[in-house]
Amino acid sequence: MQNDTVTFVIDQKEVRARRGQTILEAAEQAGVYIPRLCHLKGLTPHGSCRVCTVRVNGRYQAACTYPVADDLVVENDTEELRTLRRDLLEMLLVEGNHFCMFCEKSGHCELQALAYRHSIAAPKYPHLWPRREVDASHPDVLLDRNRCVLCGRCVRVSRDVDGKNVFGFVGRGPHRHLGVNSRRGLGGSDLSADDQAVTVCPVGCLLRKRTAFQVPVGQRRFDRQPIGAEVGAGAGSPQPSESPMQ
Amino acid sequence: MDENGATKAAVQAICREHGNDRTRMLDILRDVQRRFGFVSDEAMDEVAEVTGCARIDVESVVSFYAFLSDRPQGRIVIRLCNDVVDELKGMPEVAAAFRRELGIAIGETTSDGFFTLAETPCIGMCDQAPAVLVNDVVVTDLDPDRVRRIVHRLRYNPDPSALVTEVGDGNNGHPLVRAMVRNNVRRAGEVIFSDRMAEAGLQQALRLTPERVIEQVKQSKLCGRGGAGFPTGRKWEFTRAAQGGPKYIICNADEGEPGTFKDRVLLTERPDLLFEGMTIAAYAIGASEGILYLRGEYAYLRRFLEHVLEERRRAGLLGQSILGVDGFDFDIRIQLGAGSYVCGEETALISSCEGQRGDPKNRPPFPAEKGFLGRPTCVNNVETLCKAARILEEGPDWFRQWGTESSAGTKLLSISGDCLRPGIYEVPFGVKLSDVLKLCGARDAGAVLVGGPSGRLVAPADFDERICFEELPTGGAIVVFDSSRDLLRIVSRYLAFFIDESCGHCTPCRVGNVLLKERIDRLRRGQGERSDLEYLERLARTIQATSRCGLGQTSPRLVECTLRDFRSLYEACLGRPDLELRPSFDIRAALRESEALVGRDSVYNWNEQSELPCRTTPSRL
Ligand SMILES: Cc1cc2nc3c(=O)[nH]c(=O)nc-3n(C[C@H](O)[C@H](O)[C@H](O)COP(=O)(O)O)c2cc1C
Ligand code: SF4
Ligand code: SF4
Ligand code: SF4
Ligand code: FES
Ligand code: FES
Repeated sequence: MQNDTVTFVIDQKEVRARRGQTILEAAEQAGVYIPRLCHLKGLTPHGSCRVCTVRVNGRYQAACTYPVADDLVVENDTEELRTLRRDLLEMLLVEGNHFCMFCEKSGHCELQALAYRHSIAAPKYPHLWPRREVDASHPDVLLDRNRCVLCGRCVRVSRDVDGKNVFGFVGRGPHRHLGVNSRRGLGGSDLSADDQAVTVCPVGCLLRKRTAFQVPVGQRRFDRQPIGAEVGAGAGSPQPSESPMQ
Repeated sequence: MDENGATKAAVQAICREHGNDRTRMLDILRDVQRRFGFVSDEAMDEVAEVTGCARIDVESVVSFYAFLSDRPQGRIVIRLCNDVVDELKGMPEVAAAFRRELGIAIGETTSDGFFTLAETPCIGMCDQAPAVLVNDVVVTDLDPDRVRRIVHRLRYNPDPSALVTEVGDGNNGHPLVRAMVRNNVRRAGEVIFSDRMAEAGLQQALRLTPERVIEQVKQSKLCGRGGAGFPTGRKWEFTRAAQGGPKYIICNADEGEPGTFKDRVLLTERPDLLFEGMTIAAYAIGASEGILYLRGEYAYLRRFLEHVLEERRRAGLLGQSILGVDGFDFDIRIQLGAGSYVCGEETALISSCEGQRGDPKNRPPFPAEKGFLGRPTCVNNVETLCKAARILEEGPDWFRQWGTESSAGTKLLSISGDCLRPGIYEVPFGVKLSDVLKLCGARDAGAVLVGGPSGRLVAPADFDERICFEELPTGGAIVVFDSSRDLLRIVSRYLAFFIDESCGHCTPCRVGNVLLKERIDRLRRGQGERSDLEYLERLARTIQATSRCGLGQTSPRLVECTLRDFRSLYEACLGRPDLELRPSFDIRAALRESEALVGRDSVYNWNEQSELPCRTTPSRL
């Protein structure tokens, strides 16, 4: 029988993991945080944001999709990789229309929190100021594509958790955007306000109506501690990420 | 029946023809598109209903492929190749003639719903550019005069095939092809274009065990001819060793890399050799089903290829117990693409064969383990499979007499651009680029694109490098640019190509290529600053390092190699000493709105010259 555990090295630290785990999962279990945006515990990895890029035996790989194996040497918290991640986050910030000061997700937003964690004050890239559609046709949920990062969480959760298939991607290249399973927009779909698909959106793209600013600014999730701080905080204890997908 | 009911019934009939099978979605949607000129909302609903998937899944597929459309297209769709190769052969005049004759712009449809004008990247006719597709019919060597006659003829007889009055050489004249395409085989080498015994490779393979067949291919050191150059024998071995089944062999005939057209000629002139190679591969890896993924642009070859397959079935070369070998059952079907470059990437190709968007998949797992429908799959290029058949026939040592240490055998080159003899050349690996340029009659090469836009723009100082995996790797594309061409414009145009063809799944490729192009164009306008060069280098590096598939991993290469080897072109774009403002600050743009408001012209007296301040190369492009 094949041995069920593997040992690999990440940031000079030797880590034991279960065969079949991804580098991201195994690292997290060992208290090593790898920044991520599209990935969410319990979902099939998407591999789209690339923020989790690490070096595996010298080669760039997405930690959320790459399986652990014996003798891997993984670099994660290096200046080079932090620089790459900064570039990716800045790309996401200029690709959409992000005005944090007017966004009700501010403080709860994973993109914003990652940007702060990576010391991004203002992106070095020019803003692309795209024209994006807002869909307010649903009575309880707002879809503001200006802030969508195409992470596919809502697509996967609606399909695999809510069992509904409300979302999908339409178009390609820079025109790729979030589509809805209805000719009449979100209001014509069978999305309901308590669907998990709405909860998991990492940014202010899918929002429940009439719930804005219930938590005051200053007391929001990432006002309390930076993103990723929960990993390794109490090594070994189940980590308190706010993922509803556990 | 009302119109809606009639649409429904017709869509249902189309779905039924494809077994209401959602993995045949691409075939279904292609047929719907052909029947109605677009895939309407009603049609999407119906396809979703009948194949048992969500409507958004159908919409997702329709929106991905360039040849599918959710808005009505003309009965005749004319697609103009927008590659730089066509541009330097006179496409701008040809496009102007089409616009004038039809009275519409690119992207529009005539008000009578008869014609649509569209653009498309390289259609694999670079050696006879400018070229267009009129529905499935290829029209080559265009000039404004011919455009006038063509439009006139189409108005008179809407059947595009009537445009073919003179057929090309070889099988282009076959009754099932009837294309004006010419093969332009300029140098017939020993491996592909020599006389041979039909099916000798297959017969030899079937005398050996599958393991021995793989051994032979490994000994030959054959590496993939599709671009990546992975050792073919090892790929076959992995697929054979993989758990589970049934297993599949897929031939990649997507040939989307701009400047590449050698597979077109192989499909036309050597289809039996290709299918023989696929059958050998199937025997070696234990596959029972094969798929030929034919790019939509080559749809004109489909009936011919179906016919060749049918003949092979009749001859016992496909089907049950092939050539009397008990238990060796194998057949091949053709999957037509629908206009997407990234579908040539092997995992995207598999997505497309499954009837999905051509988004690449996360790797690992690799196709050899989990490919088509999650089963072990081997994807090989057309030329690779043809060569494998010849290796089985003549032996690995015979093949290794050509080439270099790590690049065994010969390579088919597709040569186009500024040269006297564009076409197909079979050369041994290791040939110097300068010798290739002599062969094709390129007298004044200022730069040569080796390997297409995902390859390298080679400067004259490096023309002595050799074509092989160690030095100048190429899937076959060689595009010659003479010394008058504006290389930064070419770089910008190919970035536009990657932007159009990116699947958009991952951040660096979806956003990064747009940012690269923005900065290159800014430099070209004379608004560059020295720091932009470093900005470009870093951006290129980030895109390469973090992209999910080969498209993004290679799309910045032209930026990177021109920054290195054609640095002076960039330097010439930096800062204008006559200006006291920062070059990147466009005062005209900044003032435009307020000038419009107050209704008077700028106090700045701009001469028109400053519109195009990139002064190094006199530009014909
Ligand atoms: C964006 C992209 C486009 C590609 N297009 C093609 C193609 O048109 N034809 C091809 O054979 N390989 C293409 N490839 C390479 C394939 O992924 C794959 O490596 C190849 O089909 C394997 O066959 P081979 O080993 O015989 O070369 C492409 C790769 C990328 C990243
Ligand atoms: S989604 Fe996040 S990054 Fe975007 S505006 Fe809102 S808080 Fe800022
Ligand atoms: S709506 Fe939110 S969850 Fe869905 S893809 Fe966009 S950012 Fe991700
Ligand atoms: S690199 Fe480009 S084409 Fe490849 S997966 Fe990412 S977005 Fe799609
Ligand atoms: S978290 Fe790995 S790619 Fe997004
Ligand atoms: S056909 Fe236009 S470049 Fe290939």
